[in-house]
Order: sequence, then structure tokens, then C-alpha cells
Amino acid sequence: MVQRMVATPAGQRGGAEPVAASERPAPTQVALRQVGKTFPAGRTTPAVHALGPLDLELRHGEFFAVVGPSGCGKSTLLEIIAGLTPATQGSVEFEGRAIAGEAPDGIGVVFQEDASLPWLNVTDNVAFGLRRSKLPQEERDRRVREVLKLVGLADFARSHPAQLSGGMRQRVCIARTLVMQPRLILLDEPFGALDQQTRLLMGDELLRMWRETGATVFLITHALDEATMLADRIGVMSARPGRLIDVVQTHWPRERDSRIVEHPEFGAITARLWKTLREESLKTIGRGDAAAPREA
Amino acid sequence: MKALVAYRLAVIAGVIALLEVLCLAGVIDKITMQPPHLIVRDLYRLLASGRMNGAIVKTLTNTVLALVLAIGVGVIAGALLHRRRALRDTLDPLFATYYAVPVFAFYPFFIVVFGLGDLPQILIAFMLGVVAMIVNTLNGLDRVPGVLLKTARIMRLSPIDTALRLTLPAAGPYLLTGIKLAVAYAFIGIIGSEFILSRGGIGYEISFAYTNFDNATMYPLITLILLASIAINTVLSRWEHTLLARRGAR
Repeated sequence: MVQRMVATPAGQRGGAEPVAASERPAPTQVALRQVGKTFPAGRTTPAVHALGPLDLELRHGEFFAVVGPSGCGKSTLLEIIAGLTPATQGSVEFEGRAIAGEAPDGIGVVFQEDASLPWLNVTDNVAFGLRRSKLPQEERDRRVREVLKLVGLADFARSHPAQLSGGMRQRVCIARTLVMQPRLILLDEPFGALDQQTRLLMGDELLRMWRETGATVFLITHALDEATMLADRIGVMSARPGRLIDVVQTHWPRERDSRIVEHPEFGAITARLWKTLREESLKTIGRGDAAAPREA
Repeated sequence: MKALVAYRLAVIAGVIALLEVLCLAGVIDKITMQPPHLIVRDLYRLLASGRMNGAIVKTLTNTVLALVLAIGVGVIAGALLHRRRALRDTLDPLFATYYAVPVFAFYPFFIVVFGLGDLPQILIAFMLGVVAMIVNTLNGLDRVPGVLLKTARIMRLSPIDTALRLTLPAAGPYLLTGIKLAVAYAFIGIIGSEFILSRGGIGYEISFAYTNFDNATMYPLITLILLASIAINTVLSRWEHTLLARRGAR
């Protein structure tokens, strides 16, 4: 048996399922060791210990989701991996190279906020990052066409973002990320602003893209069912300063879609996430143990 | 929308018709103002004769030069100041009170330093327009969503690429507001300077005609400036409308 899950600094083992040797995990792509982040004090605000220390390993090609209470440092964790903000302690490596406050090549990020460029049409939005590349124009055009087809926006290539729905604009941002062919895709609550039905459908599309691109996906979400539906592994974070207190393996087949919610295990996994998360969420609203229900 | 345009045109037509009636009825005497139909006739004659071509070219050239300078320097200075918080905080009070300072008061100083000619006029127009451009560039850059700046970093754009391809286009509507103001200030600066001390240009010709009671020249030239300003502003407004509509703001 191989135990490849994450342990907290206190040595507390995440509630990981053991993985059989025959299901040997893929090599590590991202490694965080004792990573922490403290924001310095401002004129009117005290220093904030936002994150960690935490350890985490992401494997090539896996779908890893992170859930946690509001303000626990989920987005900070993503930004540290993306190289958008430096960790104040510990080390972060992407494919064996240290990330030091600069976005490394091979990483794409999709944010919760609409990051489409309103002055460009869909095609130009998607091709935005390719302009710096040395690829021939035909290759760029081919990639853009393929990605637009992949995200279902081929018929809207000449539209401007303002003419699209929120879900379609988010797909523009996903396409702009995919066209760069990143090996690691970081998603910061990308469907947070969408309604439930659209989120389920977007989840299906995300799973399809994940399978077709073979990239590793690291998803931040506040929706437990979304994490359960999409991820191979789900990391649960504590209240601030965010630490990984559990990692749950879903064991879903790679070929899956939103109908996985009908699986008998789906409810059990979501319930386990909530059981771990409930106490932490109460801490964030200042209730902690006091609000725990009496045992029946 | 079409009805609104029709109302606006009706108001303008009404004012012109009223002036026509007042002039023809003698309520406004001929020495004060010509009837509008004569102004239009004289403007046509003036343009057809080519007598004012030199003045028109001089004024428009200087205005365009001052405008280009104000836009270029204003955008670059705004973008640089946006990245230098301390310097911006230092200059903010100056920008806030800038238009309380009569720039025309510096005209004698400019003549001493730069001599007679077009340069002092261009500088005055530039000085009037540049701060409007800086302030609007700063306003626009302040409102660029943080997520776009993160996107630029993820795409590993250089600071210049980020400015040219992302932040300045994102600030486009604000830049356009700055350009509209800079156009107005450039006209005011050049024509105003030509009034004070110049031997050419539309402002000089209007001033000359005024001191000689030459209404047949003065009013057509005023009308010409009015038409040029309206035409430029209409083009810019249409551009702004397209820009905002594309962004879903209208």
C-alpha cells in the first residue's frame, strides 16, 4: 500500500484513502513544502497570518479540488502556486523548479471574476496570449479554432464579450487559458458567479476539457458538491490560517460527467467533506465548538 | 434615439430661425450681427476665395500639434505616475487646482523663452490639454480590474506590453474622455493665443475683423470654428458610443 496523501505540520494525516500499489500515482508536478503566507501589518491593520504551513503534492494529470471556509486562504494558495504572490515561508516547486513570485511557463489560471477583454472579440480574446509566441500564424489560427470548438464557442468567434452570457464569457477565459496548452490549469472558483444548472453543465465541459488536454487541474471552490463531482482528490482546508486538514480521494473513473451525482458514494463523500468543514466554517463566524449539535 | 436627434436638430433650427427673424426685423442691428443666412453665404464666399486658407491651415496645424503632444505626453505621464504612487500623491493637489491657474498669464514668459511664432501658442494649448489627459489616464488606469493585471502576469507580459495591450485599452473610455477635453482645450489654447499675440491664424483674423467692424468676415470665421468643434466632437462621441456599446455599457 502506498500512502501519498498530505500530512499537516502537526503530523496529522489527512483522511486519505490508501491507494493500492497497482494504482501507482503519476509523478509529482507541483510540490509545496511547509508553505505559509503572512501579510504584513498596514497602517491600520495588523499582520495577518493567512495560510499554512502546509504541504501538498499535485500529480501530473490529476484533478485536485480544494474546499475550505471563507477567508481560509484558498485563493492565496492558488496565487502562490501561480507565482502571483510569493510565499513568506516554505518552498514551492513546479516540475522541479522553484516558483519565486513569478508566473512560470506552463501554468494557466482562470479566475472567478470575468477576465475577458471587452474591447476584443472572442477570437482575439482567445488568441491574446499567443501573440507573444513564435508560432506561425496558421498554427495560431488552428489552435484558436480548435479551442473555440472545444469550449463550444465556434459560432460566437466574432462576438464581443458584452454580447455573451456570464457562462460564455467564463468559457472565453477558459479557452484563452487552454489555447496556451498549459500543463497545469489553476481555477479560482471559476463558476462562482453562475447559477446551479449552468455550473453543472460547465462542470461537464471542464471534465471533458481536462480529459482531452491531459493537463493537471487545481480547482478552488466553495461548493462541496462541485468538488465531489469534479475532482480525483479533494483537499479540505481549515479556518485561517488555512492548513490542509483532510484529503479525500473520490475514486471516480476518468470518464465521468455530472451524472456522477447519482452515484451512491457521492452523498457520502460530500457528507464527509461537510463533516470536516463544518467546525472550521463555524470558527470563521466566531461560533466554534459552542454551536456543535448535541449527540442524539 | 432618432426622436432625440430630431428634437436636438429642432432646437438648433429654432435658435437659428429666431436669430434670423430678430436680425431681419431689426431687433438685432446689422452692426451687431448679420442674419444667419448671410453668415452662411459669406462663409461660403470666404472659403471659395481661398483668402483664409493660410489662417485655417495654421490654426488647424497648431491645434493638431498641441493635441497630439497633449495626448502623447498625457498618456505616457499618466501611465508612469500610475506606477509611482508617492509621486502621484505629491502631484495630485497640483492636478486638482491646475485649471484655477490662468495658463494665458504665462504667454509673456513663453515669448521671452521661445520667441515669437507658433511655439508659445502650441505650448499654451498643450499645457491646457495635457493635465486633462493625465487625470483621465489615471482615472482609467485606476479602474482597470485587478483580474486583468493578474492575467497579464500569468501571460508574462512585459510592463510595456501590459500597458499597450491591456491596461490602456481597458482604460479606453476614460482616455477618450481625456481626448475630448484635450480637443476643446487645444482649440481654446490656439485660438485664444492667436487673439492675444499673433500675426496669423483664425483667432487673429477674427480679432482683426472685430476691430475693423468687419462682420462679413468675423461671423463666418466664428461659425467655421463652431462647425469644426461640433464635427470633431460628433466624431469622438460616435467613437465613444461604439466603444461603450461594444463593452455593453450602452
